[in-house]
Amino acid sequence: MFSTRNFNRSKPVLFILILFPSLLWAYQFVTGNLGVNPIEKLMDELGLMALRLIIITLMITTLSNIKPLKSIVVLRRMIGLFAFYYVCLHFSTYIVLDHFLDIQFIIQDIIKRPFITFGFISFLFLIPLASTSTNNMIKRLGFKLWKKIHYLIYPVAILASMHFYVLVRADKTEPVIYMGIIILLLLHRIFKKLIRPQLAQ
Amino acid sequence: MKILSSEITPYKTYLNRRKFIKGSLASALLATVSSSAFANHDNNSSVYNTYLNENDKLNSYEEITTYNNFYEFGTHKKHPHLNSGNFKPRPWTIKIDGLVKNPQTFDLEKILSNVTIEDRVYRLRCVEAWSMVIPWQGFQLSELIKMAEPLSSAKYVQFVTVFRPEEMPGQQKRTIIWPYREGLRMDEAMNPLTILATGLYGHEMPNQNGAPIRLVVPWKYGFKSIKSIVEIRFLDTQPETSWETLAPWEYGFYANVNPNVNHPRWSQGTERRIGEFKRRETLMFNGYGEEVAHLYKDLDLTKFY
Repeated sequence: MFSTRNFNRSKPVLFILILFPSLLWAYQFVTGNLGVNPIEKLMDELGLMALRLIIITLMITTLSNIKPLKSIVVLRRMIGLFAFYYVCLHFSTYIVLDHFLDIQFIIQDIIKRPFITFGFISFLFLIPLASTSTNNMIKRLGFKLWKKIHYLIYPVAILASMHFYVLVRADKTEPVIYMGIIILLLLHRIFKKLIRPQLAQ
Repeated sequence: MKILSSEITPYKTYLNRRKFIKGSLASALLATVSSSAFANHDNNSSVYNTYLNENDKLNSYEEITTYNNFYEFGTHKKHPHLNSGNFKPRPWTIKIDGLVKNPQTFDLEKILSNVTIEDRVYRLRCVEAWSMVIPWQGFQLSELIKMAEPLSSAKYVQFVTVFRPEEMPGQQKRTIIWPYREGLRMDEAMNPLTILATGLYGHEMPNQNGAPIRLVVPWKYGFKSIKSIVEIRFLDTQPETSWETLAPWEYGFYANVNPNVNHPRWSQGTERRIGEFKRRETLMFNGYGEEVAHLYKDLDLTKFY
């Protein structure tokens, strides 16, 4: 049985572990060690990290259904905020380094290219999640409304994985794996919420 | 052949060395530079810069050989460099068939002994909106077409890449339909800009760049420039090409570099030159309009992209 305290104690270590890649990539970028096409590489790494963290937050909720891991849920907020952190870095790399703040071009790009549309909407949906992540906000909104807002994580995850899926030219194995995990996690929630109560009756 | 980056010389030095190699066949340098890549090498070095703009600078050997799209060795840009070590580009033959006087199979060495190798420095524009400037060695495709003696009914040329899953690990997975196929219209194939390249930077063609012989069509997106060619067919109808078959709404048969025709995934208006920070404007026909625009004067390029 892992207690809330066990998980809380692991937080500083997790914090450094999840933060570290961004610092490493920034360092490699500045020193010119990020390969032949560093802007593309930076954008890809940041985006992939963000998607993986989004999936991990969904997994944490599922894992917390297992009795001994019940308290793991205390890690969810930190990882969710880190997902937002990586999405912000990914998006600003696209805007600043890739397109040099050419806003008109970027708007066209978001409208015209479906994969960028998916990614952008996913980013927008993450903003209310990140900005209502404090205990104070939960109190102010009431838990019910807060929970409703945080259902946005589902469209966020689906859109983010579609963003990746459409980007890949061939061999879509990796995005398909992520989509599969997301679908399984969603099915588990639907089962828990809708089907199991009926079976119990 | 493994080449240390310390051996890669700046282009000027490379040109001088090339002349030196030409002049002294017994030189020890021959150990690293293939003689067949330089069979009948053209001595006239003034053609190098004909096709470059003022602000075009050569990409480094490292950039050109470690950042490749060659799905036969894997789908990541690094894979061709990392996974192509077991590929054996010699001996090599090219089968010529379809609408020709005599279908036959040529030994690569035989082809090379009948052509003149030239240096051609071209811009390469990938459909993924990045570009490079590459010093190729090769000969005009038209020379091989003359050797092949196509019939007058031949209107198109199809090219096929080698299929060797045991040497090309990417082919063990069905990411695209193997073997890779590409095609050109006969007048495009005969255009003096279109070459079959056998080397780059004065070295025999590295495996990851399409050893031992590949097409280079500089006014089209990079995927048209098919690598490691084993078969050339002459046809009277437009051949199927790999990317067009896979996603016809994204890739057309012509695939001319065109900043005005957008791709669903990449804006084609600008490109990132590898090694540069800011994007640059993409030029119509990749800047080769003077040489090739006339080929398409009766064609609606927004429809035939």
